[in-house]
Amino acid sequence: MKHFTLLLSFFLVAQFAVAQTPTKLPSVIVQTPEGKKVDTKTLSNNGKPMIINFWATWCAPCKKELNAIAEKYADWQKQTGVKLVAVSIDDARSMNRVKPYVSGQDWDYEVYLDPNGDLKRALNVNNVPHTFLLNGNGEIVWQHNNYEPGDENELFRKVLELVGKK
Amino acid sequence: MQHPTLGRLLATCLSVGATFATLHAQDGGSLHGNFSTDAQYYLQDSVIGAVMPPQRFAANAWTNLIYTNKNFEAGIRFESYEPPLAGYPAGQPYKGTGLGYRYIKYTMSDLEVTFGNFFDQFGQGMVFRAYEERYLGVDNAMDGFRVRYKPHRGVYLKGVVGQQRFGFDNGFTKGVGIVRGADAEVSFNELLDSAWTGAGNLILGASFVSKYQADQSSQLVLPENVGTWAARLHYTSPKWDFYTEYAYKINDPNSRNGFIYKPGQAMMVNATYSVKGLGASVGAHSFDNMFYQSDRTSPSPFDLNINFLPPLTKQHTYNLPATLYPYATQPNGEVSGQGELFYKFKKGSKLGGKYGTKVAVNYSVAYALDTTDLGVADDTTRRLGYTSKMFVPGDRMYFSDFNLELRKKVSETWELALTYLNLVYDIDIIQGKPGKPKVYADMVILEGLHNFNDKTSLRFEVQHLRTAQDQGNWATALAELTFSPHWFLAAMDQFNYVTMGNEFHYYGVGDTSPDRLHYPIGSVGYIRGGNRFQMNYGRQRAGIFCVGGVCRQVPASNGLSLSITSTF
Repeated sequence: MKHFTLLLSFFLVAQFAVAQTPTKLPSVIVQTPEGKKVDTKTLSNNGKPMIINFWATWCAPCKKELNAIAEKYADWQKQTGVKLVAVSIDDARSMNRVKPYVSGQDWDYEVYLDPNGDLKRALNVNNVPHTFLLNGNGEIVWQHNNYEPGDENELFRKVLELVGKK
Repeated sequence: MQHPTLGRLLATCLSVGATFATLHAQDGGSLHGNFSTDAQYYLQDSVIGAVMPPQRFAANAWTNLIYTNKNFEAGIRFESYEPPLAGYPAGQPYKGTGLGYRYIKYTMSDLEVTFGNFFDQFGQGMVFRAYEERYLGVDNAMDGFRVRYKPHRGVYLKGVVGQQRFGFDNGFTKGVGIVRGADAEVSFNELLDSAWTGAGNLILGASFVSKYQADQSSQLVLPENVGTWAARLHYTSPKWDFYTEYAYKINDPNSRNGFIYKPGQAMMVNATYSVKGLGASVGAHSFDNMFYQSDRTSPSPFDLNINFLPPLTKQHTYNLPATLYPYATQPNGEVSGQGELFYKFKKGSKLGGKYGTKVAVNYSVAYALDTTDLGVADDTTRRLGYTSKMFVPGDRMYFSDFNLELRKKVSETWELALTYLNLVYDIDIIQGKPGKPKVYADMVILEGLHNFNDKTSLRFEVQHLRTAQDQGNWATALAELTFSPHWFLAAMDQFNYVTMGNEFHYYGVGDTSPDRLHYPIGSVGYIRGGNRFQMNYGRQRAGIFCVGGVCRQVPASNGLSLSITSTF
């Protein structure tokens, strides 16, 4: 129980200190499926909203989510200019499968590999799928863990709010 | 009872928290973190042989905090195991509450320095990979320092020094060995920039790693410094991708290889082809005497691994194939291969129909390495172990998996997926159950998803596994009702309808009235933004729980469990 109190007290101190200033993407090196290193702080969508989605080839709900969005992605882009960045946390076991898998699914997302979980850790992601929504200034304004069919509609409502269409 | 380190720990927490708060107040850095707990209340259940730990309530908990301010970053993680969940972790025990990880890092233009704990890998990890899979209890974080430097565009240098995490006792504990390593990578496309005319890119890399451990043996003269090196090549073009890596380890007598003085080597080759709507890959691995741990007498194969040898098999997502017979790399000797194809029949095509059809075919196989024992002519020869050649498989097949998946949206509101798997599994070698016969299993899985409306949907799975070995047949049914974006309800039953206990019987031989066991379990979950709560009640089958390439055996249990994850 003491330990629980300990953790709780730490949380209180931590919460007190949590910045109210908006959060931007941390500076972490990820790679494209072609092996090119990219600093995540340089990711942007020219002033339009951007979705960062953490997934893996071994995660069933992740693939359901990205497939559900894929059906609507062309419309989403047309209406709002939103871009989805799919960050795969597949490690050495399956990172080679990511590029053929994405092609086989016919996805149009910008895909990055985070094989050692550096970006996952920097954004404090516990498990996949985990989705972040960034506004046009690159600030994280919303996040969601888990996927249930229909969650993509809520995500798109948030995107519409950002571009002032709702 | 006064915990000896509690006062000190609390003081540390408060001062660290206060420091962060002060820093924040001064120049607007930011503090973020997460929290995660898995807790269970255990109930008696002798029918399924459920574990009954001395303490009925067990909980694993973690919280991470990361403070960033311009080029500076600091992070800590608290962990608590009071006591840990049954069967957790796989290797060295975890107990108590304390600091599991802490680091500071700063970046000065092209130089980045990390002090304290860190995770990293060279290439695909065959000579060095420090990583964590917290749900498995795998954490071989380095404690030392790391320097990353980019002297020129397209050139990446890395150096690491430290000791590895080994267990947890009111704070992380460290193994005895010291690990040092360096890695260099050149990306020609970036290096040559406009001079590079091809559409593709060539990346070359090389690593060297050394571990030091004093020789305390009175009988053997052991190498105190064991070096490994690796070289890799990655060529990519818009459609093609080719990756290969070779690693060599000098002789490293250790308890995993029976203290032989043979060098180790490993090689992986992988090629993929990708165009829109089609993806294909082929790959092969050869591993020989490649256990590389920073303590040559490490008590388990799960702890103090310096390298990571990925299994070349598909990681399944459905419950039965994922948790009953997953493959695990055999670092002492293995030759394996995999081929895979993903294809999408376009909308409007004959096989695609109105919504398109997706197909995935995968085949993987793993054999023992062909080795020739040098015999026991004299002690020196015996200590060299055996001779072998790379990519030459032996007679013993460890594993094979053929699987085919069809996925199709059949109407506006229905989606169906049908999967077939055929598996050969050497349970003696892979799960370390000597004398148990090889398992031959066929599985069929049907999954359906129906959307009632924008927010409400029902997903179901029916799975069947047929085998005459091990525990016999399994049937699983699962239904999951989701109310986006906040709630879900799920119920699952697993039915083991030929149970042969610890003895092996064919159908109709031995036990004429086999046990018929049900494993029902119900779940309810609530998700809001970055917070997720899930509660389960019921029986959990003994199984193997895997993330990435690593697996942990989870014992059968009965009870109430609660999981919370939160990101802030």
